[in-house]
Amino acid sequence: MNFKLVIWRQHGPDDQGEFETHEVTGIDPESSFLEMLDQLNASLGREKKQTIAFDSDCREGICGSCSLVIDGTPQGPHQVTSCQTYMRDFIDGATIKVEPYRANAMPVIRDLVTDRSALDRVIQAGGYISTTTGPQPDPNSMPIAPAVQEEAMDAAICIGCGACVAACPNGSAMLFTGAKVTHLNLLPQGQPERADRAFNMVSQMDEEGFGGCTNFGECSRVCPQEISLDVIGMLNREYRKGVAAQKPKHRAKMTAQ
Amino acid sequence: MITLDARIPEGPVEKKWQNWLDQHGLVGPRNRAGKNVIVIGTGLAGSSAAASLAAQGFKVKSFCYQDSPRRAHSIAAQGGINAAKDYANEGDSVRRLFADTIKGGDFRSREANVWRLAQLSENIIDQAVAQGVPFNREYGGSLATRSFGGVLVQRTFYSRGQTGQQLLLGAYSALQHQVAAGNAQVFNRHEMLDVVLVDGVARGVIVRNLVTGEIERHAGDAVVLASGGYTNVYYLSTNAMGSNVTATWRAHKHGALMANPCFTQIHPTCIPQSGEYQSKLTLMSESLRNDGRVWVPRSPNEDRLPGDIPEVERLYFLEERYPAYGNLAPRDIASRAAKTVCDDGLGVGGTGRGVYLDFRDAIAEHGRDAIETKYGNLFDMYRKITGDNPYETPMMIYPAPHYAMGGLWVDYELQTTIPGLFAIGEANFSDHGANRLGASALMQTLADGYFVAPHTVTNYMTKSGDPVGTDDSAFDTAQDRVESHIASLVDVGGSTVAQDFHREMGHVMLDKCGMSRTAEGLTEALAEVRRIKADFWSDLRVDPGVEELNQSLEYANRVSDFLELAELMCHDALRREESCGGHFREEHQTADGEALRDDDHFAKVTAWEYRGDEGDPVPHDEELTYEEVKLATRSYK
Amino acid sequence: MITVAEMWRSTIGKKTIVAVTGVVLVAYLVLHMAGNLNSLFGPGGAEPRIDWYAHWLRTFGEPLVPYEGIIWAVRAVLLGAIAVHIVGVVQLNARNRAARPSAFPAKRIGRSWESRLMMVSGTLLLAFIVFHILQFTTLTIDATPLKAGALYSNLYYAFQEWYFVAIYLVALAFLGTHLRHALWSLCQTLGLDSPERNFGIRMGANALTLVIVIGFALVPVLFFTGVLGEPSANELSATITTFGGSF
Repeated sequence: MNFKLVIWRQHGPDDQGEFETHEVTGIDPESSFLEMLDQLNASLGREKKQTIAFDSDCREGICGSCSLVIDGTPQGPHQVTSCQTYMRDFIDGATIKVEPYRANAMPVIRDLVTDRSALDRVIQAGGYISTTTGPQPDPNSMPIAPAVQEEAMDAAICIGCGACVAACPNGSAMLFTGAKVTHLNLLPQGQPERADRAFNMVSQMDEEGFGGCTNFGECSRVCPQEISLDVIGMLNREYRKGVAAQKPKHRAKMTAQ
Repeated sequence: MITLDARIPEGPVEKKWQNWLDQHGLVGPRNRAGKNVIVIGTGLAGSSAAASLAAQGFKVKSFCYQDSPRRAHSIAAQGGINAAKDYANEGDSVRRLFADTIKGGDFRSREANVWRLAQLSENIIDQAVAQGVPFNREYGGSLATRSFGGVLVQRTFYSRGQTGQQLLLGAYSALQHQVAAGNAQVFNRHEMLDVVLVDGVARGVIVRNLVTGEIERHAGDAVVLASGGYTNVYYLSTNAMGSNVTATWRAHKHGALMANPCFTQIHPTCIPQSGEYQSKLTLMSESLRNDGRVWVPRSPNEDRLPGDIPEVERLYFLEERYPAYGNLAPRDIASRAAKTVCDDGLGVGGTGRGVYLDFRDAIAEHGRDAIETKYGNLFDMYRKITGDNPYETPMMIYPAPHYAMGGLWVDYELQTTIPGLFAIGEANFSDHGANRLGASALMQTLADGYFVAPHTVTNYMTKSGDPVGTDDSAFDTAQDRVESHIASLVDVGGSTVAQDFHREMGHVMLDKCGMSRTAEGLTEALAEVRRIKADFWSDLRVDPGVEELNQSLEYANRVSDFLELAELMCHDALRREESCGGHFREEHQTADGEALRDDDHFAKVTAWEYRGDEGDPVPHDEELTYEEVKLATRSYK
Repeated sequence: MITVAEMWRSTIGKKTIVAVTGVVLVAYLVLHMAGNLNSLFGPGGAEPRIDWYAHWLRTFGEPLVPYEGIIWAVRAVLLGAIAVHIVGVVQLNARNRAARPSAFPAKRIGRSWESRLMMVSGTLLLAFIVFHILQFTTLTIDATPLKAGALYSNLYYAFQEWYFVAIYLVALAFLGTHLRHALWSLCQTLGLDSPERNFGIRMGANALTLVIVIGFALVPVLFFTGVLGEPSANELSATITTFGGSF
């Protein structure tokens, strides 16, 4: 198969960047999108031209490294990661536009590589259960109904790829943050920090410059893990409870009349 | 002369770890913040070790080449994690898990380490649940378990088919908690390129900031390598694109011995290769073999669709050859059996390198819903990749390189032969012998990271001496070495990208140092790898900029180390004149084609010393003694 | 109060406040629409029912509250809600724009056009509200005969003109698009939606939107088509001197 690729090239974070056109030929339909880019890079290398930088690692859809925007859709047209997007799903001879994520909280580092460390910082704000290594209670002393486990798991499978942010016209990280809050706040282990978790993670999310949610639902439509919009509803609820639970450091004393 | 002292504590095997714990040195709480630990890699072992050490109060610097610690390749582990909890009331015990692991490893692992691993297995589950890892639950809310290859009990805990992801996110979140607490620092997109030794003791590392290209120095009182395995030496493997041997290899070059490098695992249930430019293979969890039946058509040149082939014309080769374990035979055995039937011309699929994994009978027996609950996401994944629907047509699978049992030699305290340099997780050689059982990798990485390394590193800290600053001349030397290596890669100025050399080397290694090996093939492989290495250093093309993000340079740098490792693997495979576990020498097999061990000569670990240009690597042996299990021919029949 | 101030600072909190003020506005719309339907009783004999209704609104609660007390209270709440709604939305919108490089708008993947039009429909609705108040409350836009207190006749004459009918119907169309997204969206923002309820909530939002829009549209349409007849002479001779026409 042959394709015309219109690819974003940007030397560094502060550079302007522009689209560059490349032709690739003789692509195996069973190649993944990234393998097709590998071939392009190999031929660029042979021609002693600068190769195209893009992130990928596990190439089986779970590490969340890949972060292409293919024809305007983050991760590609089929709601799977770019690494699991196959060339057999494109029309032979097609022109395909390849861009990096566009969100100010996730700036471009080079070509198609973006800096997603803001998502780590959102997790640092509360995306964990504050326990340390050491003796822990027997898990069966805290039974969890399979339905609750399943619901938590549906959110916990987030791969942190950031496609939700890239798909959002507001560059919002609500689906990402909502998924983590939902995972932890549904489980009994997450209860003690429940209110602070939502409050602190949302504060950090705002701090990082992610936009707000306008309930377009684009995030969920591109999410390779098909995380449902209800994690955002959950985040909204949990945040409200979290704000209400923010108390002054010292509670006032009560006096009698 | 190097002597390998595993420093195994005294006492009966079940008391050794407790005895060690009772006596090891401690660093007072107020002194811990003054001690720096460097952890390389943020997979299960690295994240858990970094989080645990930071929680104790040490200052931890954690490095990963990925853009976030959460992306380390542990995330891709699917099936589950073993623990001897016996929730299923089958009479499971620490001793049974220990014995299964020793036997699964074909009697080439260290008893004391494996016993400790089995003991700690229970704590891991408790720890993970406390972190909020959503393990699957039974209807009453208790933890669910399932069975895995090579064992007769259900001791594998799992989170759907994403157990590795959930466990890693647990360890990652623990690490992020410590980052927030100010005890740990994570350096994303930083790759370790050298270890710095002062008077033979590890005192720090040289890393490259992959975004700016800057070469950075970091000093530490101890260095922990948790950089994973080296199976990418085969090019096509289930490892991540970036998985590499660089950190361990550079340590090896400075004196850390590399143990059993030829022990690599070829996983039986992967999606077969489809094309020449494929960059990686995808694994399907071994748990599928619980319900799937593996078969090929009995006659070569079969052109009917699998569903049209009647029962009598199907060869259920695992069930026929290994009636006791059947489709749940251990990985090395299942892989080799699949290779054998394909070599006999019975393979299926376009390339003839594939066998069927059929769920027809399981769906008929348990219903589609039950199968969907257990394996739904794996079936979806298969469909996404191949476009076939495994509910209706059998999956096609073929073995693929997956895991490295070999790695840096470590003693009982997981310290390498370089004082102050520790290796944990897949980066060390310790617990899996010549073959790893399913769901044991997660167990070992987390046992090392949560429960072993934090104590053994602490113990080391009590005698680590005064720290060395990054202005020490040893750092200058190391930095020069790193910079000149980078410059030499760029300076080749050829026109072939690293991936082409990598692919070529991978073909040679898989063919001649893969599922079965011969002296002749290995000798050829050595020569071929050397030729590829020479070509690499004369025709490599790397993008020129070194002070910027340069992925072609990162890749070439990793391949340069793989090329050296490949030679060592061939040496090791040549020297080990026996068949055991994943190492199958065709010269050493029984009449019916099973592996033939030579316990008289090879019940030992081979740890290799690097000699560089001075000559071939030098082997050193650690004799393995078995007191708790009897050396026996491994039989799964 | 601390909670509300804290909420105003964050994206989610502000959005919640926007949603709550939206609920206030929707509640008012329902009441207003229901009240308007009084005009469907026609010119009547002595006093049209809609005029009587307007009078009742003014005197409602007397003597416990002063004349027009309730009306002014409601007006104050409404004005506040609209102000908060608009300021909140404008601030959120500015934030959202700042979060993405302006040269690269996100491709529309599946979002509805109603949701994309929210800022446009909201702005037009604001303009319409001003127009509507100027016409029927302050009686400033007197292109057609307007008389304080004579609601029925004011409506009748205004809606004989096609352009007024057109303005109202266009405004209602925008109200419909605004509400269709807003009614579901506020449930999501307030965290009321869930996969189980989602279908019901979305259909409920559609239904309520239809009811409100059709309810409002009936008045201009029925006047324009002549279904509602000319006002009687009685109404025009009645005098109500206070400020304000319909409410």
